[in-house]
Amino acid sequence: MAIFSVYVVNKAGGLIYQYDNYVPRAEAEKTFSYPLDLVLKIHDEKVVVSFGQRDGIRVGHALLSINGVDVNGKFTADGKEIIEYLKDSTNYPVSIRFGRARLSSNEKLMLASMFHSLFAIGSQLSPEVGSTGIEMLETDIFKLHCFQTLTGIKFIVLADPRQSGIDALLRKIYEIYSDFALKNPFYSLEMPIRCELFDQNLKGALEIADKASNFGPGS
Amino acid sequence: MTVHNLYIFDRNGSCLHYGEWNRKKQAGISKEEVRQEAQLIQLKDGFLTFQTSKYKLHYYETATGIKIIMNTDLGVPNAKDILHQIYSTLYVEYIVKNPLCVLGEQLSSDLFSTRLDLYIRALPFFSPRAA
Repeated sequence: MAIFSVYVVNKAGGLIYQYDNYVPRAEAEKTFSYPLDLVLKIHDEKVVVSFGQRDGIRVGHALLSINGVDVNGKFTADGKEIIEYLKDSTNYPVSIRFGRARLSSNEKLMLASMFHSLFAIGSQLSPEVGSTGIEMLETDIFKLHCFQTLTGIKFIVLADPRQSGIDALLRKIYEIYSDFALKNPFYSLEMPIRCELFDQNLKGALEIADKASNFGPGS
Repeated sequence: MTVHNLYIFDRNGSCLHYGEWNRKKQAGISKEEVRQEAQLIQLKDGFLTFQTSKYKLHYYETATGIKIIMNTDLGVPNAKDILHQIYSTLYVEYIVKNPLCVLGEQLSSDLFSTRLDLYIRALPFFSPRAA
């Protein structure tokens, strides 16, 4: 069990804090001969697998490095287009590493504001009177827990579905936010949180919550 | 425990069917708008449920993109099997196997509606608690 990451969203839907606690790395490196038996496409300035799953390489995985050299978006390290490079049979055999692309800070901002509106839609479409927004969202590999304070700040924790004690953790994070962000005279409201004490205490709280469960990450 | 309402969407996001049982709060918009708005609740594979303080939304998507969404109260456990049953024993049997039903359009089969209604009413968690 594990806690994956923490997001803090202000009342306008802006992301003011994000911390990745544990990122599972799913990477696969393989040597290919010509022609490539995967279908690749360019998506968001990255080269991703669009068809053909094998040996741990999944649809949606991004191309991370060619022959051990990290790629730069949709270009190789020396500035050639990857798709063109892989079309040339003289470059084979080639060793390519695939993995889940890391979220860029921009994508994280986008996701945070997307959740902000989903939260509102969740409460608007409620069949019952007086419903809050989304408090828990479950998928097969993680659970998203969201706690909205009376002042409209949302604390969001992504954790393993079996992880317990998340409610206490959310309230602890709120406490840390009030103590170390709000009481910091250099912190301006609604702006990104850049306070060292907040960082330290949040990490401490996450460690305690992680230890409270019997199994470490990856179990 | 109770079932509030049920949506069926196709892969283009058009609402094929909407059923309502115990819905206390109506959204301040027409049903057509609800349908349109509900189309925003289309997430990726792997999404199963979300819950708020008052209700729980269960989501099931087939490989062909048919989406079945059911709102219940919080006490209902994982309803994936039930949603799969609605798809396999009701949608496939009475819509797909009916040559007069045009796929991708709003479902007009009375047989389907009555069977769905009976099925939902027979669910063990259908009847609302005496409050």
